[in-house]
Amino acid sequence: MSSLTDLSMLELAAKLASREVSSVEATQASLQRIAQVDPKVRAFLRVDEPGALKSAEASDARRKAGSPLSALDGVPVGLKDIFLTEGVETTCASRVLEGFVPPYDATVVRLLKEAGLPLVGKLNMDEFAMGSSNESSAYFPTHNPWDLTRTPGGSSGGSAAAVAAREVFGALGTDTGGSIRQPAALTNTVGLKPTYGRVSRYGVIAFASSLDQPGPMARTVGDTAALFQLIARHDPLDSTSADVETPDCLTGLEDGVRGLKLGVPREYFAEGMDPEVAGTLRASLEELEKLGATLVDVSLPHTKYALATYYLLASSEASSNLARYDGIRYGQRAKDARGLKELYTQTRGQGFGAEVKRRIMLGTYALSAGYYDAYYLRAQKVRTLIREDFTKVFQQVDAIVSPTSPVPAFKLGAKVDDPLSMYLMDVYTLPCNLAGLPGLSVPCGFTQAGLPIGMQLLGRPFDEARLLRIARAFEREHDFFRRAAPV
Amino acid sequence: MPLSDFQTVIGLEVHAQLLTQSKIFCGCSTAFGAEPNHHTCPVCLGMPGVLPVLNQRVVEYAVRTGLALGCTVKATSVWSRKNYFYPDLPKGYQITQYDQPICEWGELVIDTPSGEKTVRVRRIHLEEDAGKSVHDAAASAGQSLVDLNRAGVPLMEIVSEPDLRDADEAVEYLKVLRDVLVYLGVNDGNLEEGSFRCDANVSVMPKGSTTYGQRCELKNLNSFRFLKQAIEYEAARQVDVLESGGKVDQETRLWDVNKGVTRSMRSKEDAHDYRYFPEPDLPPLLVSDALRDSQRQSLPELPRAKRTRFMSEYGLPAYDARILTAERPLADFFEACAKHVSDAKKLSNWFLGELSRLLKEEGTPISALRFTPAQLGELLATVEKGTVSANAGKDVLGEMFRTGRQPADIIAEKGLAQVSDVGAVEAVVDDILAKNVGEVEKYKAGKKSVYGFFVGQVMKAMKGKGNPGLVNELLKKKLGE
Ligand SMILES: [Zn+2]
Repeated sequence: MSSLTDLSMLELAAKLASREVSSVEATQASLQRIAQVDPKVRAFLRVDEPGALKSAEASDARRKAGSPLSALDGVPVGLKDIFLTEGVETTCASRVLEGFVPPYDATVVRLLKEAGLPLVGKLNMDEFAMGSSNESSAYFPTHNPWDLTRTPGGSSGGSAAAVAAREVFGALGTDTGGSIRQPAALTNTVGLKPTYGRVSRYGVIAFASSLDQPGPMARTVGDTAALFQLIARHDPLDSTSADVETPDCLTGLEDGVRGLKLGVPREYFAEGMDPEVAGTLRASLEELEKLGATLVDVSLPHTKYALATYYLLASSEASSNLARYDGIRYGQRAKDARGLKELYTQTRGQGFGAEVKRRIMLGTYALSAGYYDAYYLRAQKVRTLIREDFTKVFQQVDAIVSPTSPVPAFKLGAKVDDPLSMYLMDVYTLPCNLAGLPGLSVPCGFTQAGLPIGMQLLGRPFDEARLLRIARAFEREHDFFRRAAPV
Repeated sequence: MPLSDFQTVIGLEVHAQLLTQSKIFCGCSTAFGAEPNHHTCPVCLGMPGVLPVLNQRVVEYAVRTGLALGCTVKATSVWSRKNYFYPDLPKGYQITQYDQPICEWGELVIDTPSGEKTVRVRRIHLEEDAGKSVHDAAASAGQSLVDLNRAGVPLMEIVSEPDLRDADEAVEYLKVLRDVLVYLGVNDGNLEEGSFRCDANVSVMPKGSTTYGQRCELKNLNSFRFLKQAIEYEAARQVDVLESGGKVDQETRLWDVNKGVTRSMRSKEDAHDYRYFPEPDLPPLLVSDALRDSQRQSLPELPRAKRTRFMSEYGLPAYDARILTAERPLADFFEACAKHVSDAKKLSNWFLGELSRLLKEEGTPISALRFTPAQLGELLATVEKGTVSANAGKDVLGEMFRTGRQPADIIAEKGLAQVSDVGAVEAVVDDILAKNVGEVEKYKAGKKSVYGFFVGQVMKAMKGKGNPGLVNELLKKKLGE
């Protein structure tokens, strides 16, 4: 019999419902697993053992009283350290926020608490979610449980690694240019980036406001759907939150892909892709066809501008969003600064890492008087064209299929000194953020060396349920989820 | 060229705090004078992860103002971020409206010595206020403190075209604008507490020129007097610069209240690059037809229209009408009282005279008056009829002002009623004439100046309450006139 932590969230939920196991047992199993493997994986910045156990006890008491709060009541999960947690230090993996204990919960954190899920701890990430490998964390890099010498991807790499290493049953991440999907692909997990506006950003430390979107990361499509349904709520505290109903993603989950038209964008299968990734994707497309889907060759002609557009817009917004970290009100303040200007420059100079500084400078430059029209404004126009590309294609097809990442997990340190090649890691994922669409990564195979490969599904706005259904149809054929990382 | 050969050109940027209960993007109170940082929350403190949610009342007030000033109210306007670092700016940017403000192109009519003048209003936009840095209190400890109670208080910025031509016009514009905003109920017009403040853009050009000179922005003008002084000083300074062959630098200057001069705050060279861009946390600001219509329908009559109507409807002189309409509660109370009197000019005299004096002396707002318009009408009628003298009427008004009691009760209690009973007055007159036979003979012999003596005696005997008209009438009759 496999261990408790090998269960999917829904499997655990069933055992909790039948009182076969308790939430305290599941939480303790999770904590033990963390103690056992996290020294190697290093997914956690902070484990909140007392908080998680207290929450698990409360869940068991509700269960006893016959009043569980949700289908996932009692299932322990982890949170990317970008989510504010009242009373629990939140740093966004940055020195500048070291010691910051938020006075309030992010809306999604509140929703998880209201649904009764014990929150085990805060997961490592790229500093302020800027990066694709977790190596820009101010604290330490997280290791890929499938090969500890490799990165789990980023920026939600801590969440992906913790889920893949069975340290938690599921986790929340955020996706600005692929930060949920790319690490999911690199760790054999499922990650869903919801439609922009579907999940509240309130209490989520902002990187690029017009692109950021929190989402679920889990080991199975069903878990991802269940977790997504808990957090997909209209939030009056987020003015960009869409006032739409919470979707039912579980009812039709097993309906398969028969009759669906799936677009295969030729621009996404261009050069630069790892041959094993390309081969696995081709095979996956054939499988989808066998399962009853029709593949349609489509074109997204402005794809080639997406990377530049993304880095201009995301960096511009980031340069403004990160201005509040000035050492005046919270977080770290430079010790020996004399005068205001020194306080700013030293606090920010010491507090931010190289990647964050790089993007703040890029964004500040792009927004500067005299350059605004050439960079920011032009990028906004291209963003519109990219959106229109998708709108056109979605008149023909129900979803788009592509690789999630051009390469499998790469070695830690391999791209650290080459930011441009690091940026290319997001080349398939970021057009989706520019267009505000939902995107999902589902495991679709392994390389010869045993590294996971992910398949990306992109959908129409608010069409997450269909993406999950397609992913589930594929997942049912493979059960990659049963294959555990060798950590 | 001497100063008189130059023309001053002025445009004003007015910041008016909107009279909302809560801040523009969060639910915190806007009340003035609380303990530092008492009215704050994660949103207005700029904590990580916070997002702004627009207070709809702010939109209503801006639309109202825009309509009152004849602006185009935009169906869609856009929020922007203005980025700069300052300790009292919690997020490192201010949410404001930049290239697409909520209202554009209106006007305000003012009076000048040479007649009416229309000043164009270029734009009205909305923004959040910053906090306040406090340097004095902690300076001894080498510290500066920050109070963020004001951070996120809703402001409306009203920007005029450079249509004003001297300091008096600027002051008049500011006064008229303030009266309008207060009338609309969107601002309290309080310059001292900073809820109504003004920056002035001032330049000079040779008379007859059509090209504006280089302008300077004057800040820190928190009274009508300072506005006038600062503009006059600055215009003269710029003329001096030009006269001595120099050129005026575009810069921001502060009005130094103590020295009575403007001095440079920052030059164009170190002017900020604010890196404006559309605020991604807020969708475009939409104003529905329904909102615009409902605001239009609820617009009050504005001071200028009211003044004109007071002149035509009540036959009041312009001077009276202007004073009576300067504040809406006073105008409303006047109109309520006018329903109870026949002679509006007499009523106006009471308003401009005794009532104004009482309001000023007691520091009482109109809303707190204890007596009713009907009671004031009754008092005026009583004076008109001669039941009490005009002087006694003032005493009665004073008592009404303090207690709200009925004028008749006050008159009765204080015994202020005039004696108009013919028999009673006649008896006194007869008595006085009988006691002063010698004086009567002198009078009849032609010494008419004695007449005043008789009046005085009668009034004295009646303790001042004799109806003067009746006393005169009877005296003259008895003296055979
Ligand atoms: Zn607040």
